Order: sequence, then C-alpha cells, then structure tokens
Amino acid sequence: MLAFLIKRIGNAALVMLTVAFFAFLIFRFLGDPVEMMVNESATQVDRDELRGRLGLNDGFLMQYGRFVVNAVQGEFGLSWRNQQAVLGLIAERFPATFELVIIATILSLVIGIPLGVFTAIGRGRWWAESLQFGSIVGVSLPSFFVGILLILTFSVTLGWLPGYGRGEVVRIGWWSTGLLTPSGRAAVILPSLSLSLFQITLVMRLVRAEMLETLRSDFIKFARARGVKRRALWFRHALKNCLMPVVTLTAMQVGNLIAFALVTETVFQWPGMGMLFMQAVTFVDIPVMAAYLCIVSFIFVTLNTLVDIAYAVIDPRLRAA
Amino acid sequence: MTAIDPTPTTARARPSRWTRLRQSDLGWSFTHHPSAIIAAILLLVLIGSAFLSPWFTVQNPYDLASLDLLNAEIPPIWMADGQWPFLLGTDVQGRDLLSAILYGSRASIVIGAASVAVSLVIGSTLGLIAGYHGKWADGLLMRAGDVLLSMPTMLIAILVSALARQLLPPYLREAGASGVIVFAISLSAWVQYARTVRAQTMVERNKEYVQAARLIRVPTWRIMLKHILPNTTTPLLVTATLNFGLGILIEATLSFLGVGMPPEQPSLGTLIRIGNQYLFSGLWWIVLFPGLQLCLLVVSINVLGDWLRDALNPKLR
Repeated sequence: MLAFLIKRIGNAALVMLTVAFFAFLIFRFLGDPVEMMVNESATQVDRDELRGRLGLNDGFLMQYGRFVVNAVQGEFGLSWRNQQAVLGLIAERFPATFELVIIATILSLVIGIPLGVFTAIGRGRWWAESLQFGSIVGVSLPSFFVGILLILTFSVTLGWLPGYGRGEVVRIGWWSTGLLTPSGRAAVILPSLSLSLFQITLVMRLVRAEMLETLRSDFIKFARARGVKRRALWFRHALKNCLMPVVTLTAMQVGNLIAFALVTETVFQWPGMGMLFMQAVTFVDIPVMAAYLCIVSFIFVTLNTLVDIAYAVIDPRLRAA
Repeated sequence: MTAIDPTPTTARARPSRWTRLRQSDLGWSFTHHPSAIIAAILLLVLIGSAFLSPWFTVQNPYDLASLDLLNAEIPPIWMADGQWPFLLGTDVQGRDLLSAILYGSRASIVIGAASVAVSLVIGSTLGLIAGYHGKWADGLLMRAGDVLLSMPTMLIAILVSALARQLLPPYLREAGASGVIVFAISLSAWVQYARTVRAQTMVERNKEYVQAARLIRVPTWRIMLKHILPNTTTPLLVTATLNFGLGILIEATLSFLGVGMPPEQPSLGTLIRIGNQYLFSGLWWIVLFPGLQLCLLVVSINVLGDWLRDALNPKLR
C-alpha cells in the first residue's frame, strides 16, 4: 500500500511540476515582466535595477525553482492589468465557480440516476430507447450552444429566468454566495443546467449499463422469487450495487466541470474564475493566466489522485497496478 | 477435390469490390442499422454541400466587397420581412447566413479532419516505436501521455491556442489561425492513438509472422509499417471517427471563446460567437442556424462512430 501511495503521489507531483514548468515558461518568456511593471519615465538604470531585484538575471533553473516555491505558497505576483495580487483576484472569483460546479454535479446525479434506472428497466420499449438515443445527442451537443439555446428559450422568449450574471450575492467572510437571495438562486439555474447536461448523459449511460448487468445477477432473481416488490427491487436492491462507479465518475468529473465552466461562464457572463481567465487572455495578462493554469491543474490532479487512492483502499487488487 | 468441382475458380466471375463490401460483416451490420444509414447520408449531404458551396451560394461571405449593409438583419425567408435570395436571413453586416454557414462548415470540417490526420500519424508512429522497442522509449511515451491526459483536452486546447496567438507575429495571426487550432487539438489527441497502437503492437510483435520476418532480415521499419501496423488499424478507425467529431467541437468552442478562427474567415464557432452578441436584440436566427448545423454535423459523426464501435467489437457479434 505504501509503495502504491508513493507511486501515485510521485506521479501527481511530476504532473504538477510539468504544468508549473509550462506556466513558468509562459510567465517568463511571453512578454517582458520589467516592461510591464515600470512606468514610461523609467531610465535604463531603473530597469536594470528592477531586473536584478526580480532575480531575472539568475540562472534558468534557479528562476524556475523560485517560481515553484512561490507558487506553492500561493504567490503568483501582480496582475499586469490592474496591479492587484493575482491570488486575491482568483480567490474573489473562486466561490462563483465552486457554487456553479457543485450545483451542476448535484443536478447530474438527481437527474442522471433516475433516467439511467428507467432506461435500464424499460429496455426495448420505445421511450427507453429514444432516451438512450437522446443521450448520444446530448453528448454531441456543444456545451456553449446548449447554454445559448437555454437563454433563447427561457430568458429571451419566455422571460422566466435571468440569462446572465449572478444576481445578488451575500458576503460571508471572504466567501460570496448567491444561493441565499432569490435573484441569485434564479440566476444559477440556467448556467448549472447547461454545465451539467453533458454529465447527466454520462451518469445516465453509466447507471443504465450497470443496472443491466446487476439485474441479471442471482441475488436479484432470488429477491424476485421471494416476492420483493418490483420498485423496491429496482431502487433498493439493484441500484445500491450500481452506485460505486457513479461516485468515482462524479469525483473524477469535478475537475472537468471546472475546466468546462470556462465555456459556460463565458456564455452566461458568470463572474467566476473561467471568465477571469478569458479576460486575462484578451488583455494578455500573463500572471493571471499562469496562476489559473496552476490552480486548476492542482485541483484536477489532486482530485484524480484522491480517487485513485480511495479506490485502492477499497479494492486491494488495484494496489499492484 | 478437383474431380468433384470441375469448374476452376478463375472461371467464376469474381464479385466486384462493391458486392464484396456489401457482403462483408461491416456492410451487413450497416444495412441493418437504420440510424447508421441516416447518419451516413446526412453526413454526406453536409460535407458535400459544404465543399460545393462556392458553386451555388448567393455570395462569398469571405469577400467583404460582396456584402451590402442595405441587406443587413433580414430575417429568414418564411418570416414576414424575409427576402429572396436570403433563405436563412442575413447578419448585421448583410452577410447571407446560408452562405456563411456552408463556408463555415467547410472550415470546421477541414480543421476537424486535419487534426485527426495529424494526431493519427504522430500517435501511431510513436505508439509503434514504443510498443516495438519497449524500454526507455516506452516509459518516456507513457509518462508524457499520463501528463497530457491528466489535464482536460479542452483546457489544453484553449491555453495552447490563446498562447500561440500571442507568440505568432501579427501578420501571421489570421493566416496561421487554422494551423494553430489543429496543433492545439492534436497536442493531446495523439495520446489515444499512441496507446491503442502500442497495446496492439506489443501483442503482435511476439507472433510468429513477425519472428519469421525478423529471421529473414526484413528491416525493422518495414516490419513495423508493413507487417504490424495493418493489424492495428481496426480500433484506430473508431477512435479516428469519434475524434473527428470531437475535433469539430473543440474548434467550435475555441472560435466561440475568441481564440479560434478570426471573424474574417468565420467557422461555425465564429458565427455562433458573432450571433451570441445579438442574442438579446431579437436576431435569433444569426445564432440558431449555425448552431443547428454544428449539432447536425457532430451528431451524425458520433452516431456513425457509435455504430462502428459496436460493429467492430468482436464481443458483441
């Protein structure tokens, strides 16, 4: 077990160092940090002095090492665009993205699992088969176009829900939440639905496949012979045995959702990390881009590693791999 | 044996290529899956209309001189203010939407296909080498693959595309846009092909025909290309089909986010980006029709890919 732990964590560290290396390359060689920080009237002496102070004359590996050490401490420097600390900018935007992703995850489970069960028990009937076909369509729909369709339908045509922004937010310490105000709750519905559509189809297809497998097993036949009611059979006996892979999938997909939130946030003008990143891309704000890359990959890699470790704890056969 | 069957095989007409294709397992499966047939026909129509568009559209939407602002914001033909010949209406610059969609599909299809071709060639070459040689080449390739796959493909593509545009000199940014996108997509897409080919190669390299070829001193590159590679193509076909759809989707997303094709040579994603700016001003057709075209394209490719995966899977036969 210990060897497995070391191997997995070592692998995660390798990935993070590689990502940090690319972030460093971007940070250091795309645009000159000195030119971005000095004002117009600075003399050549000022510039050289600043260059020395920032350590830009040191060796390449030395600078990379310093970048990694700073990044681990959350020190990503100042935004070139508005001279604020990058970490503060990202921390300010993080709650918005986090809430969006969590609600999308909940939606995908609440909608995806029942749909999966129904398509499995209704296999061969027209409604189950058309749902199954619909899931292929759901996988193929580009996520930003789903968002646009939702806005066109529910906010432009019907006028039921807001199509952009986050509504009113309440501050609790450094965290800001939109879930405590009516306008905030209304605003989160369309973006989270659009973000979760892809995952709903994933969960549904997974549950369906697992259910079909489980329904063939002996303990289900036995339970049926004992006269267990059909509904209890499906939802209590069979479904319970299908949930393990769903939990794994959900944990693995959180990272993907954060990455995809970038697209959803752009469509819905949702003030999260993704929109911050897209603005940074537009204004060539390199420190923000580098920091976003590091933070999102950190979340992603950490989640994947935790899932792998949790799996190994549950199933000892996987430790050898 | 010859006495029992006097007709020599050469006397019987050899079935034509077409008949043989129709009677193969794959052909049989195709004719028995209506959804695959519909998807194939739809895809043919979409690709055909995209590539033949210069011969029948009312204008060349890339040629700014052919646009007329007087024709701006005309709704589709079946609406009250619709005007011939703008079947699907026009955008705010007076661009005929149908022409723009067909030209845009062409850009999307070419970029999707190019990204498949690039990642297929790179991926299967690296996979062959890693699977045949093993040792450090294998370890290096698998590590690189792990690192790339530990990040979402879409995120890598957005980052690479955004950064590459900064690196390119300004006069190359427009012309090089499609190349940058193909590079951004292929950068993580090759891993899947490499892994498939590698796994298959490791099985094949120990088989007798490879040993025999080695014994008679067939050069290594020839063994890899002519003997092993043809035996790894079946799973590649499915991956390539599904990645074609994925490539089109990623390209559209990049263009939608503004780091893809420039507005002067709009792809479907760029058209949706432009249309999205007028979402709240009642000009719904500018965004809806390019989006629907994109969906039709990707759905038909994915349905074909799904069918192909099932048809080629020996377990399901």
